[in-house]
Amino acid sequence: MEFPGLFNYWIVIVLMMTGFYIVMAHGNLIKKIVGLNVFQVSVFVFYISMSKVKGGTAPILRPGLDEGVEVYANPLPHVLILTAIVVAVATTALALSLIVRIREEYGSIEEDEIIAQENNQEEDQ
Amino acid sequence: MIAANLPILQVIAPLLSAPLCVLLRRPGAAWAFALAVTWASFAIALTLLSQVLESGPISYEIGGWAAPFGIEYRVDMISAFVLVIVSAIGSAIMLFARHSVASEIRRERIYLFYAMYLLCLSGLLGIAITGDTFNLFVFLEISSLSSYVLISLGQDKRALTAAFRYLVMGAIGATFYIIGVGLMYMMTGTLNIADLAVRLPAVASTTTILAALAFLTVGISLKLALFPLHAWLPGAYAYAPSMVTAFMAATATKVAVYILIRILFTIFGGVDVMAGMHVGVILTGLAVIAMFAASTTAIFQPNLKRMLAYSSVAQIGYIILGISFASETGLAGGIIHLFNHAVTKSALFMVMGCVVLRVGSVNIRAFDGLGARMPLTMAAFVIAGLSLIGIPLTVGFISKWYLILAALEKGWWPIAVVVVLSSLLAVIYVWRVVEAAYFRPAAADAPEISEAPASMLIALWLMTGASVYFGVDATRTLDVALGAAKLLLVDRI
Repeated sequence: MEFPGLFNYWIVIVLMMTGFYIVMAHGNLIKKIVGLNVFQVSVFVFYISMSKVKGGTAPILRPGLDEGVEVYANPLPHVLILTAIVVAVATTALALSLIVRIREEYGSIEEDEIIAQENNQEEDQ
Repeated sequence: MIAANLPILQVIAPLLSAPLCVLLRRPGAAWAFALAVTWASFAIALTLLSQVLESGPISYEIGGWAAPFGIEYRVDMISAFVLVIVSAIGSAIMLFARHSVASEIRRERIYLFYAMYLLCLSGLLGIAITGDTFNLFVFLEISSLSSYVLISLGQDKRALTAAFRYLVMGAIGATFYIIGVGLMYMMTGTLNIADLAVRLPAVASTTTILAALAFLTVGISLKLALFPLHAWLPGAYAYAPSMVTAFMAATATKVAVYILIRILFTIFGGVDVMAGMHVGVILTGLAVIAMFAASTTAIFQPNLKRMLAYSSVAQIGYIILGISFASETGLAGGIIHLFNHAVTKSALFMVMGCVVLRVGSVNIRAFDGLGARMPLTMAAFVIAGLSLIGIPLTVGFISKWYLILAALEKGWWPIAVVVVLSSLLAVIYVWRVVEAAYFRPAAADAPEISEAPASMLIALWLMTGASVYFGVDATRTLDVALGAAKLLLVDRI
């Protein structure tokens, strides 16, 4: 296997697992969201990598310039991932605004402190 | 003209109404407008279902771009059935919403609340109608993002953390789904569900497709709260505004189940995933654990909304059990339970909404003597509770009957016994409430309360009535469920 062959996909896996680990292991809500972002970004890299065709060019017809070009890259995954980026931005924005509200109510963004407060509240009921 | 464009109107109407709702600003006007839109989309869904029953699946090309290159909306028996479930619940809940929302949401936020609700509805309808896997992801995120907002508007501050947890789990689930779609696209070069079904068998044995199947199944199982991925659900249902809980419990998880059915039986329809790749056995095992573990947990919950949420996890177990049989009877049992559980559980959560409005709490202690003080509400709870258990003449019986039939057909009699035994657990947690409401006196210092407002009672009794009506005369729902199961397993179109 030549070196760059699956290099992108290795990076995707590393990023994905790093992000996933941060989401699960960190108690700080902001860090969780950053981890979630890393996790989602790995999927963007994955989509962008798979549409790359070796030796391929952009699929635009240019009279006189595209003669001899036989291979084109696939533009569709790029379009798809633009949508996914928008979704990820919206998710992050919503998550951050929820964190702001959580901090207003609990005075903390550490998960263990929040859980401790919630448990106390349940005993009070 | 309008008749030919019904599939797109089904989604576009609520989607465009959401910003219009923001412009209205006055709570009453926003409510009336949202009510009209939801009832219109219910009418569209019913028309689509009758068209499908008469003349077979409808294919609609968006913008005139032919599938598989353009996005196709495809309405067949099962998607039409899911559309009817979602829009029926969505429109009945709007009747219920007016007083419930007015008492639980700050007045200046009410118009935004209804805008979010319409967005969520259009996302759920879009998932059911689209024939494109990536379009499905977009609708999945529209419905999810709006439902996070809806949940976070609950009065208790724990609603915020519940919404946050749901957001993290939901985002992971959706990302898993999109990884699965990407892997399938790598191997087949298509995103269209019907086209994928044709092209997938040729490459089904590759590791890429196996990984795709794993990502899709786990991602969607997170969304539908299959045990042990249900951790987000109890908190989200317990602290969301009453109307949101009733809506989400009846629709959001059901639509996620629909996606799972589409993946396993349409996209992977030509591949032997259930037996050959052992997906069936895994799902059966998880479903059985869900039925027992969640029902047992439900028995010990003092917060009754949380109790019903755990019961939802158990009921999702029944639906997945039916699917995991991969037989016509089993799948029909699962599909009909989508409808049956939707009407039953929305009725039960509406009871909780009525009690929150009048008593202000859903703790079991608040229910003491409520049978005499809110007779109509509690009577509805008893009937819907019987349906949850699966007593004959209610819808719950029909689904469990089919699940048991399917288990016996396969010769898996222990599963049939397990279905009956886990129903007995439901008897216990429903009885706790009945005992409190009818056999315990109200606390001496209990405030004087009246019955819930008429509009809420109408919505509640519509759902309770449906859970009895379709239990006595199940021919219509059964025809659709059996037809859909046959379409998925035998005809494969």
